[in-house]
Amino acid sequence: MIKFTSRQDLEAYAGNLRGGEPAPTKILIGMSTCGRASGAEEVYRALIDAAQQHGLDNVSIVKTGCVGLCHAEPLVEVEEPGHPRVTIGDVDPGRAREIIEAVATNAKIPHPYTLGMGIYAKQERIALRNCGRIDPEQIDEYIRTGGYRQLASAIFDKPPEDIIETVKASGLRGRGGGGFPTGIKWAAARKAEGSPKYIVCNADEGDPGAFMDRSILEGDPYSVIEAMAIAGYAVGANKGFIYVRAEYPLAIHHLRVAVERARQHGLLGANILGSDFSFDLKMKFGAGAFVCGEETALLRSIEGSRGQPTVKPPFPAQAGLWGKPTVVNNVETFANIVPILEKGSDWFRSIGTENSPGTKVFALAGNVKNVGLVEVPMGTTLNEIIHDLGGGSRSGKPVKAVQTGGPSGGCIPSEKFDTPIDYDNLIELGSMMGSGGMIVMDEDTSMIGIARFYLQFTCDESCGKCTLCRLGTKRLLQLLDKLLAGAGGPEDIDELQTLGQCVKDGSLCGLGKTAPNPILSTLRWYRKEYDDLAYGGKMIYRIVAEKCIGCTACAKACPAECIEGEKKEPHTIRQEDCIQCGTCIEKCNTGAIIRAAAECAGAR
Amino acid sequence: MNPQTAEPETAQFARLAEFIDGLGLGHEPDERQAALIEVLHEAQEIFGYLPEDVQEFVAEKLRLPLGRVFGVISFYHYFTAEPRGKHQINCCLGTACFVRGAEKIIEQFEDTLGIKMGEVTPDKNFSLGTLRCVGACSLAPVVIVDGKTYGRVTPEQAAEIIAEYN
Ligand SMILES: Cc1cc2nc3c(=O)[nH]c(=O)nc-3n(C[C@H](O)[C@H](O)[C@H](O)COP(=O)(O)O)c2cc1C
Ligand code: FES
Repeated sequence: MIKFTSRQDLEAYAGNLRGGEPAPTKILIGMSTCGRASGAEEVYRALIDAAQQHGLDNVSIVKTGCVGLCHAEPLVEVEEPGHPRVTIGDVDPGRAREIIEAVATNAKIPHPYTLGMGIYAKQERIALRNCGRIDPEQIDEYIRTGGYRQLASAIFDKPPEDIIETVKASGLRGRGGGGFPTGIKWAAARKAEGSPKYIVCNADEGDPGAFMDRSILEGDPYSVIEAMAIAGYAVGANKGFIYVRAEYPLAIHHLRVAVERARQHGLLGANILGSDFSFDLKMKFGAGAFVCGEETALLRSIEGSRGQPTVKPPFPAQAGLWGKPTVVNNVETFANIVPILEKGSDWFRSIGTENSPGTKVFALAGNVKNVGLVEVPMGTTLNEIIHDLGGGSRSGKPVKAVQTGGPSGGCIPSEKFDTPIDYDNLIELGSMMGSGGMIVMDEDTSMIGIARFYLQFTCDESCGKCTLCRLGTKRLLQLLDKLLAGAGGPEDIDELQTLGQCVKDGSLCGLGKTAPNPILSTLRWYRKEYDDLAYGGKMIYRIVAEKCIGCTACAKACPAECIEGEKKEPHTIRQEDCIQCGTCIEKCNTGAIIRAAAECAGAR
Repeated sequence: MNPQTAEPETAQFARLAEFIDGLGLGHEPDERQAALIEVLHEAQEIFGYLPEDVQEFVAEKLRLPLGRVFGVISFYHYFTAEPRGKHQINCCLGTACFVRGAEKIIEQFEDTLGIKMGEVTPDKNFSLGTLRCVGACSLAPVVIVDGKTYGRVTPEQAAEIIAEYN
């Protein structure tokens, strides 16, 4: 392997790669975690064997990362010159042989995958630009696509301040959940006193049900490594750490290979490309603690201690690893850096919204047809993501809600699905962007059940350092259990509300500050489900005769046609036929309809 | 991976010592502390779990107080001071798996093996645990046995999966 000792070495090498005869036909097979678990390895062998049998030597079969259609894995894509790319889903060894046969005989590729509107429609792939397109274990493929040109240009053409300025101007906000402007963070770390300085990549991806960072690391590790080196140059750091969760063995493997190759080529290590800039990386592994995704806890974990968060300020940019200035950024944040430097901040700002420029990768999972990854411009609506790209619910039943932001987020009801997604709008809805997990739920899902699921999670994962989080989450969980067991009353709902607010206000780190969100958001949007439990399911709609003017608005709207009464006379609801939909309350012009405990039940 | 390897203990300790020496740690306490988690990962890989004598060995080799080593082990879920079964069955309890019925799968494994989550079968062949998302959410619900991923698992499959390792 050639060690580049100058910029020219790299450019000549890249030129050679691009100049070489590329195989006219490319067959790409997704070999990420979900691909492998669905049998991609057998399919790969079948492709190779069949290609040999047919004597196809002008075809290259490339193992690649995730294109995002995880539900249709194993996935193969065929790129023939002069033809549009064909994607084939659910490939087994039999289909693999058919594909090769078709390529060999110039026939039409069988079983093309079709998604109502095309996989890439509505998507804009920046962070995922190389995922599913290149072989992540081959640095040559990354260099061929223009990789490392930006690092070279940074080191040789630009003062560090220029790079920070471009990142600032792009408006890029952290993709790890908080949404803090990346350029400002870098500027603070550059200005901060203290040396050495460090760059840390947060690849802990703690949200259970999110897998975009895993896909980037598995499918395009070099883009993160290059960006970390650029960050190092910009803030004046010579050492970086990638903190990966141990649950991602394939991502760890690909990163290891990538770091090693980059070092061999002189793209990491001392005197990169013969310059006087040196930067090296070390990998660190999580050990199954969610709180370690929080940046201060993560830093303690890298130091080899218990991963307990510390009070901010000081922020890591001022005092991070071993008290030294440290930039902590998320995987996806880093994956955006190279394109921003390549195409400029104006280009980046032209995508997305004013306050949240660029794109966001979402991991669609749960009760949705097309489970997978999508990268869409900020400002895309939930409807577009869940229905157009996600194909709606898997069960075929109406979608009830989507959960975003993981254990820190909340449930958003389907009535709000026309909201354009950005950091601020999601907070407005009582949830948050989080890292990009989206769990779709249909009408059979109990919202209290899902709130309980997350509470159990944060309760298990609370590090125990501060009381409100440690005991508060436990008490909230007890209250939910009491309600779910049918032993709760309205006072328990009140306590959920007030205690939830206290835990939010009084906890030390983001884990506790956001832990009540799953409860508070479901209380806000699905109060009825809580009431039903608190009143033993005996809540009913009732028309208060004194207030009813007999306008018939409710009776006309009632889908169960169970409201009766003469015009201008007080109406009544036939309780045995009422379906508890609440339409009448919304239609009533005089506020005469209430929802209350049935007399016989009473509050326990 | 396999805690019940025939490898004698002395050889296991020798392997661990070799790993630690290979890290080329200096005398800085910070540097030695920073290596602790990766050393524990390796130790658990070799021994299958982290019994007291392994903890003491690590503390001594890294010149750290034993309490510090124990504190880290008890904090991180991944580390265990209790022996595990020969095969580890881990059911994913991430959100995607939960929404797709992971709890039913867990119950089925518990019933079939006759143990609860976190326990080991009397013949020490299986231990049962949970994981929080392995990132294969498209295959939910997911079960992992000794690193092998089973996707779209149904309760009926529990017995079949167990039989593969019996
Ligand atoms: C409880 C908790 C868990 C977190 N988990 C993650 C995580 O898994 N991945 C991540 O990138 N950021 C996570 N964060 C956010 C980090 O603290 C930090 O804001 C982020 O890594 C900064 O990078 P960014 O600005 O590029 O987003 C978490 C925060 C909290 C409070
Ligand atoms: S939730 Fe189970 S694999 Fe992600």
